[in-house]
Parts: sequence; structure tokens; C-alpha cells
Amino acid sequence: MSLRSARTTPSYGSLLLRGLLAGLIAGLLAGVFAYATGESRIDAAIAIEEAAAHAAAPGAADDGHHDEELVSRTGQKGGLFLATALYGVAMGGLLATAYTLLRRRLRTPSDTRAVFGLAAAALVGIVLVPFGKYPANPPAVGDPATINQRTIAWVSIVVIGLVAVWAGVVAARAPRSGAPEWLRAAAALAGFLVVVAIGYVLLPTVDEVPAAFPASLLWTFRLASLGTQVTLWTMLGLAFAALLHRLRRDVPAEAEAVAV
Amino acid sequence: MSNLSNTPSVRPLDQPAVSARVLWTAAGVGSLLLLLAYLVAFDQGAVSQGGMYLHELLHDGRHLLGVPCH
Ligand SMILES: [Zn+2]
Repeated sequence: MSLRSARTTPSYGSLLLRGLLAGLIAGLLAGVFAYATGESRIDAAIAIEEAAAHAAAPGAADDGHHDEELVSRTGQKGGLFLATALYGVAMGGLLATAYTLLRRRLRTPSDTRAVFGLAAAALVGIVLVPFGKYPANPPAVGDPATINQRTIAWVSIVVIGLVAVWAGVVAARAPRSGAPEWLRAAAALAGFLVVVAIGYVLLPTVDEVPAAFPASLLWTFRLASLGTQVTLWTMLGLAFAALLHRLRRDVPAEAEAVAV
Repeated sequence: MSNLSNTPSVRPLDQPAVSARVLWTAAGVGSLLLLLAYLVAFDQGAVSQGGMYLHELLHDGRHLLGVPCH
């Protein structure tokens, strides 16, 4: 027991620093994935959008969103890396914060598994649950008049996704100690699905894909978007776990051995 | 796999409780990080004070990160 309590806990500051760095790395890698798989699809969608705008009102001012040329298309492609990097840094810092606050409640002696658990929870809650209700859309899909409602609905489903994961964990821990593993897994699944189902039913359905929009382009764009976010969270989990491992190496070996 | 379950033999680590100071710091830092995420995902100049420039620059990232854009 004395060895166990001798195990030092890293300060919030040192964890946060590593989370931000891991987020920067993961964000840039996600940017590379997004650039390689998504940019050609965004170009194709913008071409469709502009063709539709000119057909609807030849010579008239366009809808203004893309055509102001405040930032050129080349600039936006570079901005993609800035966007994913900044978003990655924000998520990395939040992951480190969640790790600091929740580490004691994660019932595993392995720091790596604790990090993977939190990253997986975020991937399911922030990415997969929202994707099932409101999948990503390329330009030319979506009615500008409903952007506020769609934004509120999207934030709601992200919150519901995180609540669903939390409900799954609570449900898994509900059976009395000694309950079989399969029962905990079933309870977790049930708790998770109940919350997701309520969210999916209560939130408004959005279907603003124009009839003429190519189905294959929509599909490949959505895959690119999903891949970008999966890349971000898997790389964030891996990078943060790796940096944490390096931080922990200074801990006396016997303290680590007792914990594992 | 047994150490993934919460059988009585595997207890949470004896980690010290999170102090109130860390809790408040985490709340402050967490708010700033959410503001950063907001800046990327939604801001249209209100926070960045750069007009629509940052919004347009981050445009492709918003679409590929799955955020409703336009
Ligand atoms: Zn857009």
C-alpha cells in the first residue's frame, strides 16, 4: 500500500501541456487526411453550388457566402490545416482536463487504457452519435435560412451523445459487484441506446440535400468527414497516451509495478 | 481483460482527490478551450473581431469536421 500511495500524480499543468501538444499533432494529421480525401469533394460541391446559383439568377449577386472571395479557395485549403490544428488543440486540452478530473473514477490501473477510454468516449459521443442524426454536408447541401436551427440541433446532439456515453458507463456499474461481464456490457448498451434514441426522436429531422446533388459525391464527402474526425480522436488518444507514458517514466519502477 | 472490469479485486488507484484549486483552474481552462472550439466551429466575427475573414479561412475545416456551415 505504501508503494501505491508513493506513486506520484502529474500536475494538471503538465497534463494540460501534453494534451495541447497531442491535440496539435492529431489536428495536423487529421488535416492531412481531410486535405487528401475531402478537398476535391469540396471543390466539386462548390462547382455545383455556383452552377446552381448562376442558373437561378444569371448575373445577379450570388448568395454571398462563397463568392465574396474574402479568402481564395487556395487560402481556404491552407486554412483547413489551421482549422483542424486549432480544433485539435482545443480537444486535446479538453481531453487532458477530463483525464485530470476523471482519472480516479476510471477503474483501470493503466493510464494508457484510461486515456483510450476517454478518447473512445469522445469519439462515440462527439462524432458517431451526431453523425447518425446530422451527417456532415458539403457546400451546396443545406438551406442557408435554417443554419441557426441546424446549429442548435447539432450542438444538442453532441451534448446528448456525451450524456449517452455517460449513461452507458453508469448503467455498466449499476449491477452489484460480482455480476457477470456480459450483463454489464448489456446494461451499458441499453443505457447508451435509450439516451441516443430519445435524442434522435426528439430532435428535428433535417433533409436539405437537393434532388439533383450527386449521391456518390455526398457519400464520399461524408466518408472523408468521418475519417477526418476518427483520425483526430484516434491520433489524439495515441499521442496523449504516449506523452503521458514518457512523463510517467520518471516514477520509480516498483511503484509502477504494484499499480500494474 | 479482467482489469477492465470493476471486480472488487481491482480498485481505483489510490490517486489523491482533485483539489478545489485544480477544479477551478480546470473550469477556467475548459471554458477557454470551448471558446477556441467555438471560434473554429461557429464564430462569424463576434469573437475574433476580424469580420468574416477567420470564418472564411476556416471554412473547409468546418465542413470536414462535420459542423453545420451553410
Ligand atoms: Zn460552407
